[in-house]
Amino acid sequence: MEKLLDIKNLHAKVGDKEILKGLNLSVNPGEVHVIMGPNGAGKSTLANVIFSHPEYQKTKGSIVFKGQDITNKKTNEIAKLGIFMSFQQPEEIAGISVFNFIKTAKNKLSGAPVDFFELKDEIAENMNALSMQENMQNRDLNVGFSGGEKKKNEILQMLELKPTLAILDETDSGLDVDAIKTVSNGINMFLNSDRALIIITHSTKILEKLDNYFVHVLVDGKIVHTGDKSLADEIDKHGYSTFKGK
Amino acid sequence: MAKTQLEELNRNIYDFKNPDDYSFKAKGGLSREIVEDISRRKNEPKWMLDIRLKALETYNKLSLPTWGPDLSELNMDEISTYVQPKTEMKDKWEDVPSEIKNTFDKLGIPEAEKQYLAGVGAQYDSEVVYHSIKADLLKKGVIYTDMESAVREYPDLVREYFTKCVPLFEHKFIALHYAVWSGGSFVYVPSGVELDQPLQSYFRLNSPESGQFEHTLIIVDKGAKLHFIEGCSAPKYNKVNLHAGCVELFVKEGAYLRYSTIENWSKNMLNLNTKKAIIEKNGKVDWVSGSFGSKISMLYPMSILKGENAKTEYTGISFAGANQNLDTGFKVVHAAKNTSSVVNSRSISKNGGIATYRALVKILPEATNSKCSVSCDGLMLDSLSKSDTIPVNDVQTSDAEFSHEAKVGKISEKAIFYLMSRGLSEDDAKAMIVRGFASPVSKELPLEYAVEMNRLINLELEGAIG
Ligand SMILES: Nc1ncnc2c1ncn2[C@@H]1O[C@H](COP(=O)(O)OP(=O)(O)O)[C@@H](O)[C@H]1O
Ligand SMILES: [Mg+2]
Repeated sequence: MEKLLDIKNLHAKVGDKEILKGLNLSVNPGEVHVIMGPNGAGKSTLANVIFSHPEYQKTKGSIVFKGQDITNKKTNEIAKLGIFMSFQQPEEIAGISVFNFIKTAKNKLSGAPVDFFELKDEIAENMNALSMQENMQNRDLNVGFSGGEKKKNEILQMLELKPTLAILDETDSGLDVDAIKTVSNGINMFLNSDRALIIITHSTKILEKLDNYFVHVLVDGKIVHTGDKSLADEIDKHGYSTFKGK
Repeated sequence: MAKTQLEELNRNIYDFKNPDDYSFKAKGGLSREIVEDISRRKNEPKWMLDIRLKALETYNKLSLPTWGPDLSELNMDEISTYVQPKTEMKDKWEDVPSEIKNTFDKLGIPEAEKQYLAGVGAQYDSEVVYHSIKADLLKKGVIYTDMESAVREYPDLVREYFTKCVPLFEHKFIALHYAVWSGGSFVYVPSGVELDQPLQSYFRLNSPESGQFEHTLIIVDKGAKLHFIEGCSAPKYNKVNLHAGCVELFVKEGAYLRYSTIENWSKNMLNLNTKKAIIEKNGKVDWVSGSFGSKISMLYPMSILKGENAKTEYTGISFAGANQNLDTGFKVVHAAKNTSSVVNSRSISKNGGIATYRALVKILPEATNSKCSVSCDGLMLDSLSKSDTIPVNDVQTSDAEFSHEAKVGKISEKAIFYLMSRGLSEDDAKAMIVRGFASPVSKELPLEYAVEMNRLINLELEGAIG
């Protein structure tokens, strides 16, 4: 089976500061990979670097997605190949409605026109599934949204834009119990045997509905340990101290 | 990621030029002979010539403003102040010479007239070439015609109001305007008459090295209601063109006027335009203003809240690209109690453009229980560009609510990245952010004009990665 994502020996820096220091990660279709690690370890950086964020420089290594080297591709080209990221801090865009934004993004991703009414209905349905108020479609993108609403809006976009690989960066952080359930439902709606997820999180609550998944421990710019579900429980109990300085 | 080079604007449809074909073009410069000649050609009454001559005298006495953009490149000797097109004013498009009609066709004016306007005026260089109004409005006593016809046909009405809102000594370029004014529209809406469709006047300057000095005078009588739309454009030439129009608005007790403008000048234009409204008791004026193009603009629409309870709102946007200096803003004088004003200004600058918001708020002692809230926002698309706010606030009573909020900042790289991660190109992402930033203005425009404005914004942003 061809790997969906294959990251090899990835090094990346901001200015003179090296943040990713030889990171390896492979993801196959149908898999869920959980990345855990202390604050400042480089988890968000990894997500940003996969997306060729202009602030980060890749100095070594490669990222291959669906057999294509995307190491030097532009952010929007990477999105078009089917990768999505749910941001740790989603941006507020004044004057552009959630609906118009999703419509434009769908159009840019597919290159095809989007049917206005079909999309309205589809978004309404997904919003309903995510317990979002339907009139949020018409509100300015993330402007004045609560933290939880912003995160749900990221999951809504994931469901609408239908990527093959979604990277969720602390989507569950700061959410209340109900919202975590909702996001976890969204994840189940998204997953199928062709798709994969990378979930950056500090907690296993969001994963409760999943039968199995990989857990990677990211410390100081590298994945220092990989295991299964049980590893997450271990981290829950003992924290990261045992992995630090390994 | 390579920084995008946003190229010089492709103005396509606005940039076609016709040959410089006229029945008369005054030689460059400003002299008593030229002023008298313009008046003679218009067959004007003596009182109007007297105004022109007084204005000329004033022009010669006044000096250039000591603040704002540098106007030293303006050489009046190189500007023809009067260019008479090769036609008289018509009331049917078929009768307008095809070259001129084609110009307005390309600008979409006759089509807009069919679809949603109650009347249209079209000026080409110095004279109005087409004017029409729906028959039922005529019956109701609405007057909508060119200024020259108004001087001839409604001399008492014109004389009562002309120069009474914007006096000729106010600044050098308004004196210039009154000396050589030509064209423009005159509107009178009688008491109680409400127009449910807008009137639109469009001013097109085709002739190189010339000036356009149209005068628009609008009177909305008691309880009447009007939406007036003004459009302007010109093709680009190598040398400077000058626009020094004047708009005088009189809004009577309980009347309402919405004045919407989209100016889209070529980048060799000096746009020194003066617009002012006097608003009586319970009256209201809403200004919606989009300023695009021009090399230099100095444009500060003004509302005088003269009667109790008078209200005004200003929603404006300007876009300054390379080599452009757009100095715009809103002025308001609260001169009676319970008056209110709301100002929402947006400016965008890119490729070294300068966008300045220069404003005045004056609340007189008698304007008790008045409210004024100003918010202005500047968005810079790169670090070469400048955006600035220069407010002057003169609040002379403690019994007034006044708030001023100014924000100036660079376009957010994080926001661009966010949008790009959803599949938008860098240019698309910037365009979306700018469109959103401009949305308070486009929301105030009728749909067709909002579309037009978004198109102008896209044109300004256009130009792929270099
Ligand atoms: N744009 C940036 N500029 C400077 N330092 C950065 C930048 N992005 C990340 N860093 C630094 O890199 C390290 C890893 O950050 P991050 O990837 O956000 O960590 P995590 O998401 O694991 O908490 C931190 O020390 C952080 O301060
Ligand atoms: Mg993080």
